[in-house]
Amino acid sequence: MGLLSKKDAALIKDPLADNNPITIQVLGICSALAITAELEASIVMSISVLFVLGVGNVVISLMRNIIPSKIRIIVQLIVVATLVIIVDLVLKAFAYELSKTLSVFVGLIITNCIIMGRFEAFALGNGPWRSFLDGIGNALGYAVILIIVGFFRELLGSGTLLGIPVLGDPIEKTGLYAFGYENNGFMLLSPMALIVVGIIIWVQRTRNKTLIED
Amino acid sequence: MGLKSSLHNFREKNKDKKWLPAFSAIHTFLFLPNETTHNGTHIKAADDLKRTMNIVIMAMVPCLLFGMFNAGYQHHLAFGEIQQATGGFFSSGFWTMDNFMVGFWKVIPLVIVSYGVGLAIEILFAMKNKHEVEEGYLVTGMLVPLIVPIDTPLWMLAVAVAFGVVIGKEVFGGTGMNILNPALTIRAFLFFAYPTWMSGDKVWVQGAVERDQLIAAGEKLDAISGETVLGSLAQNKGAGYEIMDMFNGFIPGSVGETSTILILLAGLFLIFTKIGSWRIMLSSVLGALAMGLIFNGVVSSGWITESSKFFGLMNTEFWHHLLIGGFAFGTVFMATDPVTASQTNKGKWIYGFLVGFISIMIRVFNPAYPEGVMLAILLMNVFAPTIDHYVVRGNVKKRMKRLKVKTA
Repeated sequence: MGLLSKKDAALIKDPLADNNPITIQVLGICSALAITAELEASIVMSISVLFVLGVGNVVISLMRNIIPSKIRIIVQLIVVATLVIIVDLVLKAFAYELSKTLSVFVGLIITNCIIMGRFEAFALGNGPWRSFLDGIGNALGYAVILIIVGFFRELLGSGTLLGIPVLGDPIEKTGLYAFGYENNGFMLLSPMALIVVGIIIWVQRTRNKTLIED
Repeated sequence: MGLKSSLHNFREKNKDKKWLPAFSAIHTFLFLPNETTHNGTHIKAADDLKRTMNIVIMAMVPCLLFGMFNAGYQHHLAFGEIQQATGGFFSSGFWTMDNFMVGFWKVIPLVIVSYGVGLAIEILFAMKNKHEVEEGYLVTGMLVPLIVPIDTPLWMLAVAVAFGVVIGKEVFGGTGMNILNPALTIRAFLFFAYPTWMSGDKVWVQGAVERDQLIAAGEKLDAISGETVLGSLAQNKGAGYEIMDMFNGFIPGSVGETSTILILLAGLFLIFTKIGSWRIMLSSVLGALAMGLIFNGVVSSGWITESSKFFGLMNTEFWHHLLIGGFAFGTVFMATDPVTASQTNKGKWIYGFLVGFISIMIRVFNPAYPEGVMLAILLMNVFAPTIDHYVVRGNVKKRMKRLKVKTA
């Protein structure tokens, strides 16, 4: 990336793998479990978080010198809440069906630990440009895991991807279903999302031994 | 040089080959190795782990054979080809070659898939982590075919076994380190992933699902119902079978779980050989009876009317719960698993009692599937270390008090 200095590029690259907010810091698990049964919902959730975290980090960073530290959590909450409401209203206006699927979880972006975590840990102590990169990076790290989990859960659980049947028709018994294949109902339940996230963590730490804590 | 020593020499010679664990697994399966098991939380005596496992497998073989006969018997009975067997456990209408062969050809593939997939994964992990293949899977591999419906598609079983062995056991560090009983993890996976193959009134009789599909395709055949005792009780239709049939095991159900008498004998055998814990088995039975009595009390005091959907199961006489469903099998073979059960004696009483108590509770209240042994044991597996912790703490406290009295 010629556009960014090495240090800035690391802000984006690190959260994608070796400092991933979900698999390494184990934050934001709640929404990762709840809405990943469909790939589309995962993608929309990822975009929402990308927006909230990117913009939120910049806003907090701009205000960092005027926020009294005693009430900084409240200020952060107001910023997130405002952004989340924007997202919620946009979804309701332009993707009503989807916003029904995501239901309460759009609102719960407010409580997503990744967002408050980045505000506290990064935006309060860094300039707006770097905060923006950090926000984008962490949101992308979150998105990568959400999309991987959503991909496998929808493919194995419903036999579709983005709502399009890819394994054949389970009722007409075409494609894979002709051989007796059946969708795995467990994949649609939240415990399986936890297990899939666990498997990702397992694979990641097997490939990079330095990530293993004692 | 005998075969045994030449095999041993062969092993010594190839000590650092990558495939050695695979060889050792098969080698030690047939011959006693020169060293015995030396670690794992469940090793509490000088017995080799393999000895322990073999005894449990021996206890399961009668259930397996019975399951084959019963599979054929239920099949022929449901298809109207034979009459109901009368004349007790040794009824000649039950123990026929015809019955056995039907079951044999259905059960043996289940056994082969279960062992094949499970051992392949064990060997893979052993080679990767460079340790011996652990014997833990020997029992699990035998348990699995006994606790699934006879018509379970083989690929589903393979997927479930792979999941159970990897997620239920290997990620925790292999045999002796697992939190949940692997066989029940496999069954739970099947149950949640493919509920249509694990519940309902078709899957328990060999051929009934197939018949159902033919009818759906437009053929004029009679539908077959192979409702389990619990299933029909849950629908307030009464048990539908004589008590002796339940005790003998001439009822539909998972392959090996039906015959209470054989499981009882196996349980006594395990207690006699000191492999299974009598504390767990006894307290589990007591727990089940207690819960059954509570339900009976609720019915007789009139809190539950006949129109309630729980009436059928609640009204079942409390001790009948021991004879139906998977309770006996779960208590004898699953709850006593030395790895996942409580280790302390007092803990075993608490653990076992709660297994029985919760089993019957879930059985009655579970709306979708009238059975709770699997879920109760898995739940208590999770709590077993906690129970042990408090038992040990309690003991320490008691001794501290005694020490203070003495020194004061």
